[in-house]
Amino acid sequence: MTDRLTSLHEAIMQVLPQVEGVLAIKRGPGGIAAPYLFSPEHTEELDMLAIWPKEPLPDTLRIIQKAHTDAKLAVVCRGCEERGIVEMFKHSQLKWDNITLIGLECTQEEAEFCRCFKPHTVHAQTTVGDPIQGVPDPLTDKIAAMSLEDKRAFWKAEFEHCIKCYGCRNICPQCFCNVCTLEDEKWVETGRLPMPNPSMYHLIRAMHMTAKCVACRECEETCPAGIPMAVQFRLIARDVHEMFSYETGARLDQKPPQLLVLEEGEYQRTGLPH
Amino acid sequence: MIEYKNIQTTCPYCGTGCALHLQVLDGALIGTLPAKGHPISQGSLCIKGWNAHAFVNHKDRLRTPLIRKDGDFVEATWDEALTLVAEKLGAIKTESGPDSVGILTSAKCTNEENYLLNKFARAVIGTNNIDHCARL
Repeated sequence: MTDRLTSLHEAIMQVLPQVEGVLAIKRGPGGIAAPYLFSPEHTEELDMLAIWPKEPLPDTLRIIQKAHTDAKLAVVCRGCEERGIVEMFKHSQLKWDNITLIGLECTQEEAEFCRCFKPHTVHAQTTVGDPIQGVPDPLTDKIAAMSLEDKRAFWKAEFEHCIKCYGCRNICPQCFCNVCTLEDEKWVETGRLPMPNPSMYHLIRAMHMTAKCVACRECEETCPAGIPMAVQFRLIARDVHEMFSYETGARLDQKPPQLLVLEEGEYQRTGLPH
Repeated sequence: MIEYKNIQTTCPYCGTGCALHLQVLDGALIGTLPAKGHPISQGSLCIKGWNAHAFVNHKDRLRTPLIRKDGDFVEATWDEALTLVAEKLGAIKTESGPDSVGILTSAKCTNEENYLLNKFARAVIGTNNIDHCARL
């Protein structure tokens, strides 16, 4: 057991008596970890607690809370997962008051793996590990510096690798629509690879991720084609921050731009076209 | 008590052997997650793997064997179905020879089940006419 794992174990033990379950990661029989709801009745199961890899815990929390609306639950969350939970709450997908956050601060190595700009929590009631600063994102900077023509060629080539698995949408904590536009035959023709218009799926998704993507990079990690799609979302997030001063998943009291009613004067202030 | 767990298994859709987690909430299968860190699938799945849970409780899934009687499929017991298949295969083998029978197996089966079908074709029926959908 590493020190960090021991501290997480202790933090969960402290929270467990006050909740109906703590959502974290459990090592499976073959050593492969998966999300698991630890219950106060079986604390011995915490011997199988795991810390890495990162798993889609916010989305799992949403699924559990949907079935158990009033249950008090706790969740182990990293910075990105906390942002995911905050953003889901703002879009009425989670009951914030029923959730206890156990923050897990990422290590330098983990942050660099994720090219993470904010690998620490803000709202968590208890935290494990020492918070570190964000790390540079050389891939995003490299793509942002390309000429428009090179960018277009780069993304076109990347999107052509897409095998239409829908993994990026499935694993995304912010993809919770009951009806998904991307399943429309108009955008994603069935029975053909590569897609006739491979950019459509990814660009529609990128637009839908505006002010929603929390940069957890689950989509990139699960992509069988290795498309660096989080780069698009990161660049859009920079624009959103510039235009609306909105940082996705950061504050509870700031409304997402999609839910704002803008007055005429505000259009002018933000520099948006009329 | 709320129960949420993941059961690791192998994707049933082809012979690649991607690992996936079946999500179980309160005893009911509710979804699939990819298995990060697995040496074959490395946390990825294709669209079939992502939907591997969907057929398990699907309303169209066959739950008993069906035997065609007077043009319509009628539910039957396994004993009835296996007896009928054994009789017909036996009759075909006697009348037309073992090579008049061919067997197609499936990537959805386990290695052990495919081994058994191979034995069944060669040792019971007596033919080498056995093939597998993964070669298509």
